[in-house]
Amino acid sequence: MTGTQITTELRLPSRLGFEKVAMNTAASVAQLMGFSEDRVNDLKTAVSEACINAIEHGNQLDEALTVLVILAMDDNTLEVKVVDRGSGVRKTIMAPDIDRKMHGDEEARGMGMFLIQALVDEAEWVKKRVGSYARLAIHLDRDKVQDQD
Amino acid sequence: MTQPTQTKAKVDRNGAVAIVRLEGDITSASRDAVLGTYESLAADVRGVALDFVKVPYLNSSGIALVIQLVMEANKAARKVAVFGLTPHFQKVFTMVGLTKYTSLHPGEAGAVGALRA
Repeated sequence: MTGTQITTELRLPSRLGFEKVAMNTAASVAQLMGFSEDRVNDLKTAVSEACINAIEHGNQLDEALTVLVILAMDDNTLEVKVVDRGSGVRKTIMAPDIDRKMHGDEEARGMGMFLIQALVDEAEWVKKRVGSYARLAIHLDRDKVQDQD
Repeated sequence: MTQPTQTKAKVDRNGAVAIVRLEGDITSASRDAVLGTYESLAADVRGVALDFVKVPYLNSSGIALVIQLVMEANKAARKVAVFGLTPHFQKVFTMVGLTKYTSLHPGEAGAVGALRA
């Protein structure tokens, strides 16, 4: 992140459905920054999936726990951190194997992290002393490069 | 208290093709609307067209339900075609590989035509 940073924070209950609050807020911030519609839609799916992971796996659907979503924007970058109380991600991110899924050799679910990684410019999962977070980022300068392609 | 949007589904027939019209968000809460509706189809259905025109939001759990539906259809030698997805979700379906087992179409006529071919 560079330049003056503006931060927006949300606290979501650990209940499925509330990921859409974060998704729509992230979309609003991305639109304010001037991201294209394609990139806004990519970010919406990535933020939604990160929040679902935090609600379901991180906080185990415990409504006494909140998911903290921090949106930080500067002139070029929108960074979204999704913080939960879980122990973080252990598995390697693999592209879904549709043939294995169709034959029942791989769970139909389990595509969220793949989608996150594929749809944003940066994605990482960080374990803290207490809790963990997913960090996603998209950059306006890459948006312009994609528009020229 | 707030509840996730309930998914609705209804079925229309066009010959041997069943058109499953989904409405609302497709998430983990949509199992009955997606798989339950598929399981209720008549035995003479040879192709299934999934209508996403009124689906504003899908997440990965919802896409997993679509994968399960396509898997069940494959077992029954039924073809599946999809129409009405936004360009973003067309991209997502392609990314997860679903286009290997189903075809994507802008409108109903194209999807039904593909199932009859």
